[in-house]
Amino acid sequence: MIVDSATADRLAEAPHLAEVQGRSLWQDARVRFFRNKAAVASLVVLSLIAFFAFFGGFFAAFDNETIDFTLMGANAYKGVPSFETGHYFGVDSDGRDLFARTVQGTRISLLVGIVGAGVAVIVGTLYGATAGYFGGRIDGIMMRTVDVLMSIPFMFVLILMLVIFGRSILMLFIGIGLISWLDMARIARGQTLTLKNKEFVEAAVATGVSPMKIILRHIVPNLIGIVVVYATLLIPGMIITESFISFLGLGVQEPATSLGALIDTGADNLNNGTRWQLYFPLFFFVTTLFAFFFVGDGLRDALDPKDR
Amino acid sequence: MSPILSVRDLEVAFDIRPQGAWPWTPSRKLHAVGGVSFDIAPGDCLGVVGESGSGKSTLARAIVGTVPATGGQILFEGADLAAMSVTERRAHRKDVQMIFQDPLAALNPRMTVGDIIAEPLVTHFPKTPRDEVKSRVRELMERVGLLPNLINRYPHEFSGGQCQRIGIARALILKPKLLICDEPVSALDVSVQAQVINLLAELRRDMGLSMVFIAHDLSVVKHISDRILVMYLGKQMEQAEAKVLCTRPEHPYTQALISSVPIPDPVLEAKRDRPVLEGDLPSPLAPPSGCVFRTRCPKAQASCAQVQPEMVVQEGNHMIACPFHAPMQVLQNA
Repeated sequence: MIVDSATADRLAEAPHLAEVQGRSLWQDARVRFFRNKAAVASLVVLSLIAFFAFFGGFFAAFDNETIDFTLMGANAYKGVPSFETGHYFGVDSDGRDLFARTVQGTRISLLVGIVGAGVAVIVGTLYGATAGYFGGRIDGIMMRTVDVLMSIPFMFVLILMLVIFGRSILMLFIGIGLISWLDMARIARGQTLTLKNKEFVEAAVATGVSPMKIILRHIVPNLIGIVVVYATLLIPGMIITESFISFLGLGVQEPATSLGALIDTGADNLNNGTRWQLYFPLFFFVTTLFAFFFVGDGLRDALDPKDR
Repeated sequence: MSPILSVRDLEVAFDIRPQGAWPWTPSRKLHAVGGVSFDIAPGDCLGVVGESGSGKSTLARAIVGTVPATGGQILFEGADLAAMSVTERRAHRKDVQMIFQDPLAALNPRMTVGDIIAEPLVTHFPKTPRDEVKSRVRELMERVGLLPNLINRYPHEFSGGQCQRIGIARALILKPKLLICDEPVSALDVSVQAQVINLLAELRRDMGLSMVFIAHDLSVVKHISDRILVMYLGKQMEQAEAKVLCTRPEHPYTQALISSVPIPDPVLEAKRDRPVLEGDLPSPLAPPSGCVFRTRCPKAQASCAQVQPEMVVQEGNHMIACPFHAPMQVLQNA
């Protein structure tokens, strides 16, 4: 190849140029994610719902505990959703503002989902990665423990816990946190088994990096893709579990509420001509779940290793 | 001069658990490496050749310490690496570094090139200031032929040859005394192979590195090594100076291996007499009795099945594990 002097000069300068910023796999994934219209739309919807759940209270004309005694017994025609009265979503059967109640319920449902998924991500990933990385007897003991915990009928235990220790959000968080990490631990372990035989892990071992550092620096960052996808699909699962418990009447305690509890009371009053009591909480419940599922799908497509 | 690395009767065996067995059933032993011995003088390069499954990579991993040795000694500057505790060994790892076969798989896809190259330095000298780490990394990137301004890029943005250079830079940042190259060029295409081998040869000369160079391609090994060790099914077959081994091989296996290297001349290629090996490598779970090579050896006799052949040592420390060895004329331009 013949290089003229201008090219040669430019080549000689190249090493002194500014550092080139590389594009990480995360950035590639983000680009792919934002190309997915349904996922982006769902992300917007989710942000709106989150905004509604955490700041909606400022827009409510009434707080969630005040009972409007003037509406007593006249719910079906006086407590209708309307902008004039300030009860945007109408009132519930006790005469409380349903808008404020829905804000509160959505917030608690989202928190349950996020806390459950958070525990799963942190505990489950580290537990599974540790078991998978060390392998052998440690792996056997750790994963058999998970099997034993999984074989316990969780709903039964959760209901018992709520009955024995009293119904509270804290109890609900503990109960959901206790079981949510089990599946995640299994997924993380399975992925770790394939990762730990990769040469870059061997290179780290040969260099003398300590096992804990290898797990945190080499294994976990490579697990995160799958973990994130699973976590976004886990959040709606947690919300459904919580709603089910609340629907049974065992979840959060009055005056606190959740979407499940609201749907429960709405369903009870289905024949009383106050259908909005069911429809508004149900709308937020279904929308949240759909949005989470679409975002999860989008993340899975964006982070799919086969696409790389 | 005393050798920097001397390996004595190194044995590596893996436990193979039979599928679905009871916990108390004894596991089967797979002898990946059995009784390999060699010495490497400071600044020397030992080439290791053999077909796939002959235990070359296991040998490398046992020296580096990612696979435990089940017998024998690995003496590095007089200290037995195989007998050390895990923590002691970890401190010792900075002197022995390794280059891997698959250049891309050996780099963590979530780390930048700068972080990858700096990892050994940060691990063994955690107190090094960040500026110094960065300047060392840049210096080394330049040394192995990478533009230092690519320090923030990720491995998937590089070609195979560049990735291998990153791997070399990572192995050299601690200025090791011994470098183990496990088939460093077999995943690269031929023109890039030459570049990487020349880079390794140059670095070895400049830094006074000792090397163990593993390949299944004899012509590559011949180019870079001082001595060559030929392995078959975990046993050493022949060991000699590189030139001697390539021109006057005496072990029937080495002869077959050398005659399988094609000659870039169709006339000579058609004329030459080449012993072709029949059959496949036997299973290392059930190796043949006596000499492991006897099932495919053209010179095999009944006595070969009885005992493992003794090492015959000839002048120039030429070691042959065959009692029926005989020199063979090799075409010079092979």
